[in-house]
Amino acid sequence: MTNAAVHLEAQQHSPQGHAHDAAASEITHAEGQQHPIKLYLVVWGWLFVLSTCSYLVDYFGFQGYLRWSLILLFMVLKAGLIVAVFMHMAWERLALTYAILLPPLLVLVFVAIMVFESDYTHLLRVLFFAPTA
Amino acid sequence: MADTALTNNIEPPPQAAGWRAIAADWSSDQRAFKNVSWGKAMMWIFLLSDTFIFSCFLLSYMTARMSTTVPWPNPSEVFALRIGGKEIPLILIAIMTFVLISSSGTMAMAVNFGYRRDRVKTAALMFATAAFGATFVGMQAFEWTKLIMEGVRPWGNPWGAAQFGSSFFMITGFHGTHVTIGVIFLIAIARKVLRGDFDVERRGFFTSRKGHYEIVEITGLYWHFVDLVWVFIFALFYLW
Repeated sequence: MTNAAVHLEAQQHSPQGHAHDAAASEITHAEGQQHPIKLYLVVWGWLFVLSTCSYLVDYFGFQGYLRWSLILLFMVLKAGLIVAVFMHMAWERLALTYAILLPPLLVLVFVAIMVFESDYTHLLRVLFFAPTA
Repeated sequence: MADTALTNNIEPPPQAAGWRAIAADWSSDQRAFKNVSWGKAMMWIFLLSDTFIFSCFLLSYMTARMSTTVPWPNPSEVFALRIGGKEIPLILIAIMTFVLISSSGTMAMAVNFGYRRDRVKTAALMFATAAFGATFVGMQAFEWTKLIMEGVRPWGNPWGAAQFGSSFFMITGFHGTHVTIGVIFLIAIARKVLRGDFDVERRGFFTSRKGHYEIVEITGLYWHFVDLVWVFIFALFYLW
């Protein structure tokens, strides 16, 4: 970290456009993930809004696909904001970003497998163990 | 990449963006993460492993819920509170969510002030984060007490599928444990910040590598992760 430490004091931060190109992200990192406080407050605000929306989905009692798509949409947006801004993933080196973000995505394969599995189990239970009244 | 291997320079040379950069980092017979410090990389890798653990919990809950033929209790009603003579659905969980989000906000700002070497503000914001976390755990204790009094057990509940009880205690219990550990971690690091350990490079637990204030960011990563997990629990357990 010696070189990074030298840059630490030397470099000034530019709030514009650092998410967009790799060179700028190096600079931002060198001075240690300093971003304007306003950015954090805006994200904080959005997390409040999105949580309220999630809550309202339940409060108004939406059902079916509408409920599911809204819940998952708000969930993904919130998770994305937290990881990208609060955890600074948007400014990290791509090698780290992909190493951390790709493996959890593969969990979706596991989810798909278990959905098939549990549908099958459910079917068997209905066929063979349902109360015959 | 040969010249970088010869010098002691860990700052990578200017290079192509995107996939080429990733391939270069991973194939370069050096540290793959370059200017990302070990402390931070290791926290990320720990969090990745923790992600798998929570994924397994949520997946087993999903499997149990989808495969049972017994009706699943309605979380909206189970977690409703009677306030002013009116049942408000899920209100306790909503408040807990807002408390945890607020703690994430104060934590993010603490990291910022840490890098600005503002000791007092950093420590104050970290203590505030810890206080929000403790509040969250307190509300969870209240929630557990209420459900246990109503007869929810890991092996059953009064409203239907027995797996509801085991899923509930397993998932929220494990998350609550993470929050509790986080609160302790936050208080420990905040104390060191306030005392100025990272300015004088004092040796000690979690400071044996002389810290710039990066440990605040690493603590923050853990804390934001706890909030992140709650986002998924909130959506998949309480809103489903």
